[in-house]
Amino acid sequence: MGEEIFLRAQGITKSFGGVMAVKDLSFEITRGEILGVIGPNGSGKTTLVNLITGFVKPDSGEVFFKNKRITRMQPHKIADLGVTRTFQVMRPYHSLPAFKNLIVPLNSPRIRRTRGGRLGDKDGVAIDILEEIGFERDAYVPYKIASSLPLGYLKRLELARCLALKPEVVICDEIFSGLSMSEISTMVPLIEKLQMEGMTIMMIEHRLRELFRLVNRVMVMNFGEKLAEGLPEEVMENKEVREAYLGTEALPC
Amino acid sequence: MAERRKERLDRGIKVRTEGLYALTSWREMFYLLVPRVVLIFGLLLSPFFLEMYWQRVLCQAGIYALLALGFDFLAEYVGLVCLGGAFFIGSGAYISGLLSAKMGWAPPLTIPIATVAGAAISTFVLLPCLRLRGIYFAIVSFMFPLLTVYIIIALNIFGGTEGITALATFPNIWVDQYLILGVVIIALFAMRRLVTEDIGLILRSIKDNDQAVKASGISITSYKTKAVFIAALIGCFGGAYLSHLYGWVGISQFALDYSILPIAATVMGGMGTLVGPVIGAFILTPLSEALRGFGQMRVVVYCLILIGFIVYKPEGLMNVLQRKYHQFEHWEEV
Repeated sequence: MGEEIFLRAQGITKSFGGVMAVKDLSFEITRGEILGVIGPNGSGKTTLVNLITGFVKPDSGEVFFKNKRITRMQPHKIADLGVTRTFQVMRPYHSLPAFKNLIVPLNSPRIRRTRGGRLGDKDGVAIDILEEIGFERDAYVPYKIASSLPLGYLKRLELARCLALKPEVVICDEIFSGLSMSEISTMVPLIEKLQMEGMTIMMIEHRLRELFRLVNRVMVMNFGEKLAEGLPEEVMENKEVREAYLGTEALPC
Repeated sequence: MAERRKERLDRGIKVRTEGLYALTSWREMFYLLVPRVVLIFGLLLSPFFLEMYWQRVLCQAGIYALLALGFDFLAEYVGLVCLGGAFFIGSGAYISGLLSAKMGWAPPLTIPIATVAGAAISTFVLLPCLRLRGIYFAIVSFMFPLLTVYIIIALNIFGGTEGITALATFPNIWVDQYLILGVVIIALFAMRRLVTEDIGLILRSIKDNDQAVKASGISITSYKTKAVFIAALIGCFGGAYLSHLYGWVGISQFALDYSILPIAATVMGGMGTLVGPVIGAFILTPLSEALRGFGQMRVVVYCLILIGFIVYKPEGLMNVLQRKYHQFEHWEEV
């Protein structure tokens, strides 16, 4: 199997008022790859996620998924094709128990199609997904109301909501931020496992040490532009990247 | 002075009656059934204790109860604050009025048709506004009844300011009452069921976080459309019923009362409880009638009662009652 390009962006540009959030950015993700996206605050990472997933329409440029043009498609249509995302600011469906949060993706047309219209025991499926992602069923964590869950579980719930859709590409927008070291160390194997299962992942992250353990390639953004791209070690050797991202000559870890 | 706070504890029986455990004993089942039976029989038996005049008021209250139920559903479970109650009433009433006057059809035929057709029209009209949220949807939905009234007057269609008169009415006051009471009870329990089904969960999710629902590959517009249609269905039935209750259809059926009173009933009864707004409507409508004796002071007294409720019991009647029923309360020194 050759290098199959899954997700491709071509010269996408988006400005908010006078600010160029993303400027003429092109990149590719191949099947089964983890691409890390890093950059200082305000460098346009989250806008990039919004542009790919259709929540924000680009001013110019195109996005392709499996050679199908998804630019300017509605967000739910893009998700229906199998490109889904987590949100940096987590807002779970707070009035529902954690496992009921997954009822939404489990009712989506995408899941209906894959199961031939028969959905079966959705609650059971939801709890299985949550258990796999670290919600201890024995401790009744999946049954807790979402608004009462601690941050670590909310991040997992965010990821679980993506995975329930059986996606082909997952875009994780800072799923490690705000977590303790021990919480992160339990999340890392989850991501590794996803990749083993053949998931294509794009990770936006500030925690470089954990990110570099996971990713195949890194893309560095600054002021909406691509500064560098390549293997993690290569990228961190890049002088421009160090200056833009770290501000000093010191290594991050 | 020592600080005091109210401690609340769930009664054991509340927990025991959740889920299948409720079937373990008569006592548990009784605990669940009593509030429902009291409500249903309270409504169904009330006509026997009322005079003719108040029986009419009861029918009115039923219409407001349907509107309040729809308002609460849209506001609390979908996140659409819909002030278009008068539009539901008006479109339902005019369609059944026209079918009755022009085609000569009987109420058993006109009411179902007007309910469905009215709901379809209301949904179609509100469709472009569904992407609006919060106050913007409220304002737009509020405009439609006003707009329609002026269209009817300006074009002098559907009888203009005169309205359509001499429509078929129901055979007697008992049919009047039991038709609306039956529909209120069925709509209430159907709605309570709906909000716990998957479609209800998805609607609540849209209210909590519509972005995440989109990211789950679900079109929020199609679900919001379904929700508005359901609420409009209930409202339009009220309108169709109203046209045959009085045998008359006119522009007053687009009156602001139908948009505003359901909100008051919802606030009084308890937002999000579904049953609360229904009870609120059955309290507020007769109250408004009873205050007629005050003449011009009527509105003042009415407003004072409402303000009192909002200030002192903002969570609404039903939430207070549920708490008393399900929990022990006692004061505790801190």
